[in-house]
Amino acid sequence: MADFKLNINGESRQVSIDPNTPMLWVLRDHLQLVGTKFGCGIAQCGACTIHIEDVAVRSCQLPVSAVGEQKITTIEGLSKEGEHPVQQAWLEQDVPQCGYCQAGQIMSATALLKANPSPTDEEIDQAMNGNICRCGTYTRIKKAIKSAATTAQNS
Amino acid sequence: MALIKTSYGRRSFLKTSAMAGGGLVVGFSWLASCNPSPKEVAEMPKEWFEINGYLKIGDNGMATIMSPNPEIGQNVKTSMPMIVAEELDIDWNNVLVEQAPLNTTIFIRQLAGGSQSIRQGWDGLRMAGATARHMLKQAAAKQWEVPVEEVTTEAGVIHHKSSNRSVGYGEVASLAATLTAPEEVELKSLDEFKIIGTATRNVDGKKIVTGKPLFGIDQYEEGMLTAMIVHPPAFGLTLKSFDDAEARKMPGIKDVFSIKTYEKGKAKSMFDADAFPELIVVVGNSTWEVMNAKKTIKAEWQPFEGYEEEFANFSGDGSFSVKVPGGMENTNSHKEKMEALSAKLAKEARKDGNPASAFKKAAKIVERSYTAPFLAHNTMEPMNFFANVTADKAILSGPIQTPEFMEKSVSSRIGLPLDKIEIQMTRQGGGFGRRLYGHFVVEAAVISQKMKAPVKLVYTREDDMSFGNYRPAYHARYRAALDEDNNLIGFHVRAGGIPESPLFANRFPAGAVENYLAESWDVPSNISVGAFRAPRSNFIAGAEQSFLDEVAEAAGKDPIEFRIELFEKAKNNPVGENNDYDAERYAGVLKLAREKSGWNGNTTGNVYRGVSAYYCHNSYVANILDMEMKEDKPVVKKVFCAVDCGLVVNPIAATNMVEGGTVDGIGHAMYSGLTFKDGKPEQVNFDRYRLIRHSEAPKDIEVHFVKNNEHPTGLGEPPFPPIMGALANALYKATGQRHYDQPFITKRPVVS
Repeated sequence: MADFKLNINGESRQVSIDPNTPMLWVLRDHLQLVGTKFGCGIAQCGACTIHIEDVAVRSCQLPVSAVGEQKITTIEGLSKEGEHPVQQAWLEQDVPQCGYCQAGQIMSATALLKANPSPTDEEIDQAMNGNICRCGTYTRIKKAIKSAATTAQNS
Repeated sequence: MALIKTSYGRRSFLKTSAMAGGGLVVGFSWLASCNPSPKEVAEMPKEWFEINGYLKIGDNGMATIMSPNPEIGQNVKTSMPMIVAEELDIDWNNVLVEQAPLNTTIFIRQLAGGSQSIRQGWDGLRMAGATARHMLKQAAAKQWEVPVEEVTTEAGVIHHKSSNRSVGYGEVASLAATLTAPEEVELKSLDEFKIIGTATRNVDGKKIVTGKPLFGIDQYEEGMLTAMIVHPPAFGLTLKSFDDAEARKMPGIKDVFSIKTYEKGKAKSMFDADAFPELIVVVGNSTWEVMNAKKTIKAEWQPFEGYEEEFANFSGDGSFSVKVPGGMENTNSHKEKMEALSAKLAKEARKDGNPASAFKKAAKIVERSYTAPFLAHNTMEPMNFFANVTADKAILSGPIQTPEFMEKSVSSRIGLPLDKIEIQMTRQGGGFGRRLYGHFVVEAAVISQKMKAPVKLVYTREDDMSFGNYRPAYHARYRAALDEDNNLIGFHVRAGGIPESPLFANRFPAGAVENYLAESWDVPSNISVGAFRAPRSNFIAGAEQSFLDEVAEAAGKDPIEFRIELFEKAKNNPVGENNDYDAERYAGVLKLAREKSGWNGNTTGNVYRGVSAYYCHNSYVANILDMEMKEDKPVVKKVFCAVDCGLVVNPIAATNMVEGGTVDGIGHAMYSGLTFKDGKPEQVNFDRYRLIRHSEAPKDIEVHFVKNNEHPTGLGEPPFPPIMGALANALYKATGQRHYDQPFITKRPVVS
């Protein structure tokens, strides 16, 4: 057990926990931030994607002890009420089917657009390939990313 | 408008609360679960009045409509309430939707399966809305002292035109709630529909994109423990003994024990199928702690003797028995067995004319065999369930497609009567048939009862993938006889699988060929299987549609024209009886796909095309798939989908389902498969089990619906099977090679 002071969604949160605990379970079990999802536990499906300093990271493979003071953003912290252009584009395109993987998809997409505001189709594929959607919403996800990229550039 | 007796499901118009006189209904989870903004709270009514079990009207005119069926991503949580709202005649913007709990006195068939929610829910949902509207009209008429016939409604407002009076639903709701449901009600005519047929976005959309707790696995409760299971590592094994000494010493661990989920000799429904009815359970404070402790369990497993199991039929009338052999099975020996059986005469399922003589006199015979492997459902949300069982009550909550069945299973297992068991349905992170089989619901209940505490049972991905109710492995051998003029004079299908046959003897091309023979075989297995999105169709459609493509080619005919000729024959001169399709609607989707894609039978540039069509679960789907080769890799450029599911309730959701089914079908045919060695699944996570990924999805999908007023049918399953045929046929055009064995591409991806 050790104490960790984490910077999550702009707030300082304290946890007393086994240092090897992956951030996924810190968020879900200890901080009740359950928007970040458990899918595979081995960084193969992307459902648990969060941002560390604006970079997409699979939280199921990230021990709490490795985070330090870095800024963590989860789906709950992306915007106050879903007004982030990527979330808006997701709603506009009616992307989700079951919805389970979508938080991870959105976190990967927002990190992509932050680093590359106007990605090509190939760049979108590359950045999103680690996020599985079993319902098959991929075509709408791509549309939503392109639409969010356009919105962001026009604003 | 048509006057309809409400005798259909009259029980549906009962109230859920016993309060006579329409009392205040409180405790909405909507407020609790989604942190509404102050503006949203201000807009909420102060009082709600329950008009019937499906809906409540607020004093400000808002309506809360219950969605009765489990939501697994098929979007019934939007579409079903739309149907109620249409007949209620209310502005959709003033509707809140809530997931109904299991309530068999009010709702009918609260089950997600067989693409039946909309098809079988349609009449009841319409009548629930229409009944409420009638009662609101009656209340207004009573207040105004005018005949109810003179009263009309429009978007939540009641009018008496001749006296120029109007009143909102909210103002008469308290009175309406005291009235008795009418004996008969008026339903709207189809041309009056304003909500049905209008693109309506997912009611949970905002909660999904903002990460609200919607799913079973998201449930947390004060004092709740986390439980995980350890199950036999291979099919054919059962628990002998275990050593939990190390696990018990680990931090956060509360208990380790074994459970029997289903006790031998007790009646089981078909949804109680369970390969591993004896499990080791680890219970602790948090997921990570339990996961770690689980790894330290040293268990000994032993082979079991073969046995036979009895399951009640879906209807509850009668039962069927399943042979479960002992032994540890291998994919290689499965393949050998399938090859051997497909070479032998099998059980005749249908015969028209004289197939033997047709093949004898044929000018050309085409013969091909097709196979597909076991598949794991792999819902993105692994199996999980919450249970809080106390001495006199059980509260269960989570993702389950068959709550009504599982309520009975839990009742029988933990010894509480049905009325002491409450099942809440959460939004489900996928279903695909896996969550029809709710052994995990019973497991959660048994664990909670033993721990005397609220418990959330969670499977790891490895548990989920290696403890499946898999799609069976299949094999189909086809033969076609062509005469000298290239007419199809004989057709023979012999299909089987492990442990069930994928054959549908009465489906196309039965009815379109004079001499037809369908045979079926199966091999018992102890690898547990179950319904997987479009059971059996999910293999046989692709096999049959690939084969017909080869037959058309052998006959020198355009593959669409060849099929349409057969449908003409089936329509005008059907062969045999019980043909399970409407030839005109079947041909209709092919014609629509041909028109929308500009099909001319030729390859244009480097775009290679494949076509297919299939009918299952009451809907018709045709596909044309455009493929390009990029550095020797097939790329699906575009898919055209033509769909006949009758009246389309929600065009955007319907389109989404067709797109999703298309991607899913391409994915499974191209990449997915589960193999076994000594009873052990060789793929237990996404590093080895392939699911389609972003870069492999079609670059574009165009969906077209046949416009008609047929009774609406479902889309959960129908868009999934046919695309596998179009894919195989396009692959042939693009590569010159026919692909007979799924998955077509076996190379694993690299995911950093």
